[in-house]
Amino acid sequence: MNNISDSARKWALIILVHVIVVVAWHYFVVLGEVPLYVMPTPGQTIMSIFGEYNWLHNTMITTGEVFGGYALAVVVGVTLAVLFSWNATVSEFLMPLVVSLNMIPKVAMGPIFIVWFDYGLGPNIIIAFMISFLPILITTTRGLMEVEPELLDLVKSLKGSRWQIFTKIQLPGSLPYIFSGMKVAVVLAVAGAIVGEFIGSEEGLGYLMQQVQVDLDTPAMFMAVLLITLIGVSLYGIVILLERIFVKSDSRMENAA
Amino acid sequence: MTKPFIHLEGVSKTYRSRRQEFLAVSDATMDIHEGELVSLVGPSGCGKTTLLKILAGLHDHDEGIVDIGGGDNPFEPGRDVGMVFQQSLLLKWRKIIDNVLLPAEILGLPMGESRERARDLLHMVGLDGFEQNYPYELSGGMQQRAAIARSLVHDPKLILMDEPFGALDALTREKMNLELLRIWTESKKTIIFVTHSIQEAVLLGSRCAVLTAGPARMADQFEIELDYPRTLDMKTHEKFGVYTRRIYKLLGME
Ligand SMILES: Nc1ncnc2c1ncn2[C@@H]1O[C@H](COP(=O)(O)OP(=O)(O)O)[C@@H](O)[C@H]1O
Ligand SMILES: [Mg+2]
Repeated sequence: MNNISDSARKWALIILVHVIVVVAWHYFVVLGEVPLYVMPTPGQTIMSIFGEYNWLHNTMITTGEVFGGYALAVVVGVTLAVLFSWNATVSEFLMPLVVSLNMIPKVAMGPIFIVWFDYGLGPNIIIAFMISFLPILITTTRGLMEVEPELLDLVKSLKGSRWQIFTKIQLPGSLPYIFSGMKVAVVLAVAGAIVGEFIGSEEGLGYLMQQVQVDLDTPAMFMAVLLITLIGVSLYGIVILLERIFVKSDSRMENAA
Repeated sequence: MTKPFIHLEGVSKTYRSRRQEFLAVSDATMDIHEGELVSLVGPSGCGKTTLLKILAGLHDHDEGIVDIGGGDNPFEPGRDVGMVFQQSLLLKWRKIIDNVLLPAEILGLPMGESRERARDLLHMVGLDGFEQNYPYELSGGMQQRAAIARSLVHDPKLILMDEPFGALDALTREKMNLELLRIWTESKKTIIFVTHSIQEAVLLGSRCAVLTAGPARMADQFEIELDYPRTLDMKTHEKFGVYTRRIYKLLGME
């Protein structure tokens, strides 16, 4: 009983704070007589969806880039981490490199990626992937390595195989880490796809933003940002849902978001 | 005299790294009979864990004889060992019953039977009704009980315990000492119990081996002739004091 009312309260607060912001935004624009090309009201932003731009198509393109790049990042990040965990020499050699690579502001690599991979959907997926796979690789590697040595002793005292150690202990133990990396990667994948579209693309919400910017169609720009945010939020929601399913609540990591 | 279950003679072990050598165990000579509960006591760094690892087949020894399972009581290395550590090492994503089943899974034992056995063991360690709980729902003492059940699930002949109650508060620890004595009596297993508590070593052991550090060696061993069932108030008996003083003396702490 208490739990239900607690979570109802939590959700009520979440909705409330957003409503407050939207209302404040509306009155800020109306009372401040802010010109339309500087900032539209929430209503004007929503109405822009009826404009002549192909919202559905562009949203689908960006969604495809984000989800595609993200999926690739999860697969490659986890696979590389597993390889690292199987070979100590490889990981000792490559892990410092991975950590330095992670320090590069990856968005700044966008123009270089465009040079390498050319324009379009495929290259944008690759940019989204390149930008978002490192945190997954790093957290998963850490998770796979974080096994109590005594637990390994216990398994080895029964002649347990490396495969058994991996499937029964390492992999399930690293799930909370994998998910914490996956949560960080969501925002990065979105940023990657949009940067790709800014720099070179003929479709997608990032491309659309640049088009409408020329006409100073600010409501449409706001709308595009809103849609991009929604793509990220949906992906984040899916990740949270998967985490709920696969990770015991006690071992969930609450830090990274 | 029957042939001992475990025969150690002049066992030594040196850890070697590129820069240095470290003698972790030496002079370990001891016969352990089936069904004994032997306590190994000594300060930290005296080689208790190393000796356990040698017995578990996790480390090779450098010198001496390690002979387990002589004669009519065969011992299969990599099969007949159960281990309990200071941390319960329960897998947090597994229910208690599935944690207890881990060794059976690793050995590929028939799961139906093992599950039944795991239930019986949980009953024996006093965890009835907690099969479906997760480790975080149990207190530290209860987690150690589950770890003990896990060490027994594959019916090993030798149980190795490395300071299993070292992380528990004093009261829980004493309670667990009595529980362990009961579990030992019921399961009739051979148990080697590592501790750095002299009181614990005397209360639990049917025999006690004292290890000293710097240089590491097995200084002495002796029977502990206190009656069973043992109780906490035995700690105030004169005989108990004789044993503890003997150990303090060996450790140079008089
Ligand atoms: N893998 C190892 N490599 C090198 N030295 C070790 C290793 N394991 C333990 N030692 C050293 O051997 C000594 C005995 O260790 P250990 O058997 O763990 O003692 P205890 O369990 O009695 O505290 C300690 O001084 C420890 O530092
Ligand atoms: Mg130790």
